[in-house]
Amino acid sequence: MSKSIDQVFLNAKQWLLSWLTGLPTWMVQVVSSLINIFALLAVFLTLFALISVLERKILARMQNRYGPNRVGPFGLFQPIADGIKMLIKEDIVPMRADKIVHFLAPILIAAVAILTLGVIPYGRNMTPFTIDGGILFFFAVGSTTELAVFMAGWGSNNKYSMLGAMRAIAQMISYELPLIISVLPVVMVVGSLAPDRIVAAQAEYTFGLVPRWFVFTPWGAAAFMLFFVSGLVESNRTPFDVPEGESEIVAGHMTEYSGFKYATFFMAEYIGMFAISGLGITLFLGGWHAPLRALEFVPSYAWFFAKLSVLLFVYIWIRGTLPRTRIDQIMNFAWKFMLPMAFTCIIAAAVWHYAGRGLRGWLWSLFVIAIVYAALSMLLDTRRKFAPRVYRFAE
Amino acid sequence: MNSAAFIVTAIFTVAAALAAATLRNLMHAALSFAAAFVGIAALFFLLGAEFVGLALVFIYIGAVAVLVVFTILLTRRDVGKDRGFNWGGATVAVAVFACLTWSILKTQSLAIGAPHIATLTVKRIGAALMTTYVWPLQCVGILLTAALIGALILVMEERR
Repeated sequence: MSKSIDQVFLNAKQWLLSWLTGLPTWMVQVVSSLINIFALLAVFLTLFALISVLERKILARMQNRYGPNRVGPFGLFQPIADGIKMLIKEDIVPMRADKIVHFLAPILIAAVAILTLGVIPYGRNMTPFTIDGGILFFFAVGSTTELAVFMAGWGSNNKYSMLGAMRAIAQMISYELPLIISVLPVVMVVGSLAPDRIVAAQAEYTFGLVPRWFVFTPWGAAAFMLFFVSGLVESNRTPFDVPEGESEIVAGHMTEYSGFKYATFFMAEYIGMFAISGLGITLFLGGWHAPLRALEFVPSYAWFFAKLSVLLFVYIWIRGTLPRTRIDQIMNFAWKFMLPMAFTCIIAAAVWHYAGRGLRGWLWSLFVIAIVYAALSMLLDTRRKFAPRVYRFAE
Repeated sequence: MNSAAFIVTAIFTVAAALAAATLRNLMHAALSFAAAFVGIAALFFLLGAEFVGLALVFIYIGAVAVLVVFTILLTRRDVGKDRGFNWGGATVAVAVFACLTWSILKTQSLAIGAPHIATLTVKRIGAALMTTYVWPLQCVGILLTAALIGALILVMEERR
């Protein structure tokens, strides 16, 4: 019974494909891919609509106010109203803007965000597109976002847009390094770049109780924190939202966009957030595996989306808690703390592997990480006095 | 199916490359250059060399295209000025094309029909890099580390 519920979506797809028997193989392949794409878009666009209203509700709760509560029960139909508003708004293109680039930027950024969703395993046998180097695909395609942001900033022909794009690209390039390096220990320990293999490597339970997710090893916990912070930066979320800093540069690279194009940027940001959280779940939080062996009767995709909603709540929680950081703080943090810690995670994972992957390895890798962390925090002690800041390039 | 996909990607790649070479607006040319690399990566995917295709996207679009675009942005002030036909560029292009054609025609293995090649998995590439080619890999690693340290020294603030 639980098995058939677990595989209900696969069976539904098989049933749909069974209507096509007799057609050439390539046509069946194309239809199969189209079903996957349609399912992905349906699920994640619904989730986007849901999270946009939930975020406002949760933020309102944190700031002791009501939040949206006019449209539908508890304001739940707010996204529909928002969507209609965005669609019927006037689409303004500045006269001096580069029309083609200005038009292509939101399309590219949304396409990239949706493409990265394709390689994440959402449940048992539920990876939409199985690629041998799935993790590499995620980052290769994800790195195209920088070009899309640049196109938006440059194509708008506006100072604020260009400044926002510059800031966004600077922080995205800086944090791509710790993001990718914090993934390396997992790839090293599993010995594969395929997301399915990484999830399968975290399937067992120690003493039938504690799941063998990588986040429960010292190197995994440290790498997960680095990954999560880098993910925050990559999706331009508070406290790292200087590219959009409303108080300084209007809306950064989105300043000259209106109506549906602006909504597309907004959607791409949220879908990027889902994708990076999904990858974090796959790499460190055991993918679609249940946290207890006794709970394995719950369908696998339910566990994936439960973990995803916890991570999304943390994103919203951080947004409601922390103020915006300065750009120099962001950069210093990336190069002086995140990068050395990410390299330490690789060494700690190697120590863990060669000390037998047991309790001994656990303690040794904790020791390595603690030593480097202590040394870094002493070296980067911010209580020392700074000389007054000198501007060398902008007098 | 595969040949149809090949024709579509080939037309896309050639069109983007032509656009990169001929467009007046330098920024448009740089962006079409990135599009051409998407096409080339797609061709590698069609040939079953996923890793090469992904590395191409990663390096040429994620890093090189962004670098090119920034270089144009920070240096050029005379965008749109006509400089006449670039004879040097044309000579280099013809020479490279002639070299490539010559070496392709000289290659022996092309005469035999396409041999059956086992799909190149990431695992096999990794194993080769870590065993047979570990020495070049280490040299590249040292070079890149030196470049990183050099960049840091260039931008380091002078102590007063």
